[in-house]
Amino acid sequence: MKAYDKVKIARLTTRPTALDYINHCFTGFLELHGDRLFADDKAVVGGLAWFNDIPVTVIGIQKGKDLKENMERNFGQAHPEGYRKALRLMKQAEKFHRPVICFVNTSGAYPGVGAEERGQGEAIARNLYELSKLKTPIISIIIGEGGSGGAIALATADRVWMLENSIYAILSPEGFASILWKDGSRAEEAADIMKITAKDLYDLGIIEKVIDEVPGGAGEDFEFTANLIKHSLKEELPLLMSYSPEEIAENRYKRFRAFGVYNE
Amino acid sequence: MALFGKSKYTPLVKRILKKKDEIVIKKAVTSPKEPEKSAFEAEKASEIKVKCKKCGTEVSKTEAGRYKICPKCGRYFRIGARERIYITVDKGSFTEFDANMTAANPLNFPEYEEKIAAMQKKTGIKDAVITGRAKIGGCDCVIGAMDSSFIMASMGSVVGEKLARVFEYGAENKLPVIIFAASGGARMQEGIVSLMQMAKTSAAAAKLSDAGQLYISVLTDPTTGGVSASFAMLGDIILAEPKALIGFAGRRVIEGTIKQKLPDDFQTAEFQLAHGFADMIVKREDMPKRLAEIIKLHYNSYNKGGKEQ
Repeated sequence: MKAYDKVKIARLTTRPTALDYINHCFTGFLELHGDRLFADDKAVVGGLAWFNDIPVTVIGIQKGKDLKENMERNFGQAHPEGYRKALRLMKQAEKFHRPVICFVNTSGAYPGVGAEERGQGEAIARNLYELSKLKTPIISIIIGEGGSGGAIALATADRVWMLENSIYAILSPEGFASILWKDGSRAEEAADIMKITAKDLYDLGIIEKVIDEVPGGAGEDFEFTANLIKHSLKEELPLLMSYSPEEIAENRYKRFRAFGVYNE
Repeated sequence: MALFGKSKYTPLVKRILKKKDEIVIKKAVTSPKEPEKSAFEAEKASEIKVKCKKCGTEVSKTEAGRYKICPKCGRYFRIGARERIYITVDKGSFTEFDANMTAANPLNFPEYEEKIAAMQKKTGIKDAVITGRAKIGGCDCVIGAMDSSFIMASMGSVVGEKLARVFEYGAENKLPVIIFAASGGARMQEGIVSLMQMAKTSAAAAKLSDAGQLYISVLTDPTTGGVSASFAMLGDIILAEPKALIGFAGRRVIEGTIKQKLPDDFQTAEFQLAHGFADMIVKREDMPKRLAEIIKLHYNSYNKGGKEQ
């Protein structure tokens, strides 16, 4: 399967969303709203829930299932207040020693006037900064599109997992082709050389785990993939929770500090 | 090749967990000191003319003066990293770090090595940031300056690593850090590895902060994309050069999304000041004085310009 075929699956409107996984993997999800500064960004959902008998904070970037919901969710493109809401919830998780689980599915942070006026760059930067030293475990799962800064703002985590047909990239293959070759129609070719599939990123050592999907994608058999996520969380959460708050932050620092290939 | 390469397919964190000491964080390496020279002066600058993008006047580099300002309309020319350090630090005080670090090719991207070699030849620098230790107005500090003439100062592994080392050096040696940001964003050819540099540099900035040290971020033209969404926006104090383009999403991308033309002053330094994302706008010629003033205001019993003193 070509990389661009995975891009297409990652973008399917029938692809299960963050809320689908949240409702499957956790019980008693209690959604919380607002960044306490400006608004409640509906592109980002977050709140409290139970993972078996563990209270957790869950956050997701939420795409809509139809046009009406997509208008409301802004097609899963968050504004600064979305990232700030996520950070607020994560700081609370730290305070109350709850692990954080994020579901990432966004083509990117919203490029708009209000977003720039309210500091889209600052909001993402602040998340990277605060998440890098948050003293509670964070697991991020990329379930569809992992679009650039808008994705890593919720994926500065101890474990980053990707569904088999999800992608994680600095920009869309279309954008990449248009910047590099001034030809957006060469997206398929771009997708191949960009190394954006779950397998590519696993091989590069950027992510820890690839979660399987049935042929055709997670939308074809939601429970198959959702149960694998649940199982992985069941294995990994107790391990991460066995570290001291200081150790968990230090390990996360080292995780990101090590990324880079250069000669000297 | 550092830390992970083509041959090692083991996910990083498994290694962190099993052998905690395996990941070695390398420190900034002081490079042999060379006499400082202005890039402009070095190349018999007086004869080379550059065109002012605002008023169109052809200006020789001597006419543009030490601070490279158009004598007719006052617009700033973009300046390179060496030039920036030259006009900012006390004469003879700069010691460069990691002068020989160069890009590898993490994705085996076609023709990336050739591109890097060509840019190095054209610009005379190894990658898009120069870092080192210096004094500004007598104050010890660590400084980094990005260079937009090198692939639009896009942030790949070299930029990320050199800046992370600068923050860690500042934390360890109790020195303030000053970064002159300028960037078009991510280094396309390094793909996801470039994206990871956003988290890496932001995490290192947090280390400096937790060590109680000052970070002054100076936003220059242009500071956009991933750099504007990472370390550049994380200064304790954020300064900006007049009229600099500063923003996250590209103007054309936003115009394409909202189907409207944006006003001329959108995403300028003045726009960022008005919206609360910069502390002040500082003229290029006032910058060294202002930086020294700010550093001195942060001297206290914990921090007096470096642990050696």
